[in-house]
Amino acid sequence: MSFHPKIDYREFHRSTRKMPYDDGKVFAYEPDNRARLEDIAKRYPPEGRKSAILPALYLVQRQLGYISLSSMQHVAEAIGCTAAEVEDVVSFYTMFYTRPMGKFVVQVCRTLPCALRGAERVTEELTTALGIQPNDTDSTGTFTLMEVECLGACDRAPLVMVNDSWHECLQPEDAKKLADDLRARGEDALTGCHHQSPDRAKG
Amino acid sequence: MEPILTKFVREPHCYTLDFYLKHEGYQGLRTALGMKPNDVIELVKASGLKGRGGAGFPAGMKWQFVVKDTPKPKYIVCNADESEPGTFKDHLLMERNPHLLFEGCLIACHAIGAKVAYIYIRGEFLHVQHVLEQQLEDAYKKGYVGKNVMGLGWDCDIFIHRGAGAYEAGEETALLESLEGKRAQPRLKPPFPAIAGLYGAPTAVNNVETLSNVPSILLRGAEWYAALGPEKNGGPKLYCISGHVERPGVYEASMNITLRELIFNVAGGVRDGRPLKAVIPGGSSVPILLPDQLDIQASFDGVAKAGSLLGSAGIIVLDDTTCMVWLAENLLRFYRHESCGKCTPCREGTQWLLNILEKIERGEGEMKDLALLENVAGLIAGKTLCAFGDAAATPALTTLKNFRGEYEAHVREGRCTVPAPWRRRTAAAAHSH
Repeated sequence: MSFHPKIDYREFHRSTRKMPYDDGKVFAYEPDNRARLEDIAKRYPPEGRKSAILPALYLVQRQLGYISLSSMQHVAEAIGCTAAEVEDVVSFYTMFYTRPMGKFVVQVCRTLPCALRGAERVTEELTTALGIQPNDTDSTGTFTLMEVECLGACDRAPLVMVNDSWHECLQPEDAKKLADDLRARGEDALTGCHHQSPDRAKG
Repeated sequence: MEPILTKFVREPHCYTLDFYLKHEGYQGLRTALGMKPNDVIELVKASGLKGRGGAGFPAGMKWQFVVKDTPKPKYIVCNADESEPGTFKDHLLMERNPHLLFEGCLIACHAIGAKVAYIYIRGEFLHVQHVLEQQLEDAYKKGYVGKNVMGLGWDCDIFIHRGAGAYEAGEETALLESLEGKRAQPRLKPPFPAIAGLYGAPTAVNNVETLSNVPSILLRGAEWYAALGPEKNGGPKLYCISGHVERPGVYEASMNITLRELIFNVAGGVRDGRPLKAVIPGGSSVPILLPDQLDIQASFDGVAKAGSLLGSAGIIVLDDTTCMVWLAENLLRFYRHESCGKCTPCREGTQWLLNILEKIERGEGEMKDLALLENVAGLIAGKTLCAFGDAAATPALTTLKNFRGEYEAHVREGRCTVPAPWRRRTAAAAHSH
């Protein structure tokens, strides 16, 4: 058969993402994060302590900004499992960053309902405004741009998530302004999330 | 129909415990705790409440299947991992009516004999999670959750667990894996969660909207509930309308309503008065309906009869500027990215489908690619552990079936024949993930 496109197997699916990132530093939880982890672990039965891996990784990310090789070993010790089990989890979930990210992680939802209302154009405008391609971080470490899959806010399309907050109904022509506002005012520039209303202005 | 789940969502402070208590809050739970667990299950069965997560499985049956005679603890797990493209109803319920969900969780726990409920919420809903946590804390403090609930001598805990960005975690056994601290990959069934679920213990996994329906059934009865909609499709339903409509949003209605009424009356019709091209009625995983197929009941049975599925009631409206090859490519990129990698047909097949679709959309397709597309999609559907495989095959199959001419035009003219101003203007970076 003549049809045989080349496949980049390195990018094939999420389980083959490049892992892990060694930043050359030894990670340890700050005492309050360590205490918080033990509080969280109490929600699960003793045999289910591994359930606290996801929350434990969020605590690492809160403290460090990403998940390093050393932090995975530290989490494994805190949970009482192997480092491989932690790495297995980190490599699967898209919300765990495996490298240092910009101060503002700008994630444009690219799935159908957002795309129908201009998400592809939003990404293009942000690429121009920020001077970086998706998956890149700018040289000052201020912005990381990403295209992500459905964020579950299709009525507020196109949706952009900046760090953990939402910016709703971002029109392509307003993308540059959002970038400028983020630089000037930080996350206060975001519209945040408000419940749907039948009077919502059309976007 | 007067809204039941979303009646107060536009009022300030509607998410607080005080507000909830002023509007019959936790009265359904009080009724339930005065009943035998089995009677609660029978009542919910009689109401005909179908699961609102996508499969439409009767909730009462799910609870009945949970093994009662066991030394193990039992669990209620609430699926709040709302991730199906086009679906955003649970977000609204949790953000504006969190106590309704807590009450539903507690009633479900009483029904199956569980002492713990976990709410697994998707990681991107952190602002919603904050509302839930704050309100849960208040409910604990005032004795509606925790030890000796409402002074009635019954204990029950609710915990919130944050996911981390995986569509597959919405599949119930993958959700349980994720909740156990592993990759969100589905389990081989049987055994079903009702026999061996969370930590190997009997478990019922219910969607947010499903559990939010339960308190009103306890309060007003199964007959009242069933009479709200057509036969076997009772109760209120939340519809998520997105895409090319004037007023995207969550709308509550009886399932007596038709798809046409939802799109043209409730959501204001197609944006800018453009012609309607097609509708995806139940989230991105279901077959497309054409404009002449909309005069049907927007119920589980009504949409199924028309050859699609109500699924999660995520209605995505497409106007005449939408290229159907582009649409399939967009969705296949989603499925390729979200395939958990466990089953070979899905892991490999989604990449192949995407490759072929990209090739056609770029204008480099050949006529034989259309047959290949059908062939590969057919090799995924029905050949995987969970329904993801069927879902991933659907966009290619349904667009080919309904818009074959558009595919052929792409091949013949060597370009996308339906370019839209809202799409990207520069060449897309291939494999941008």
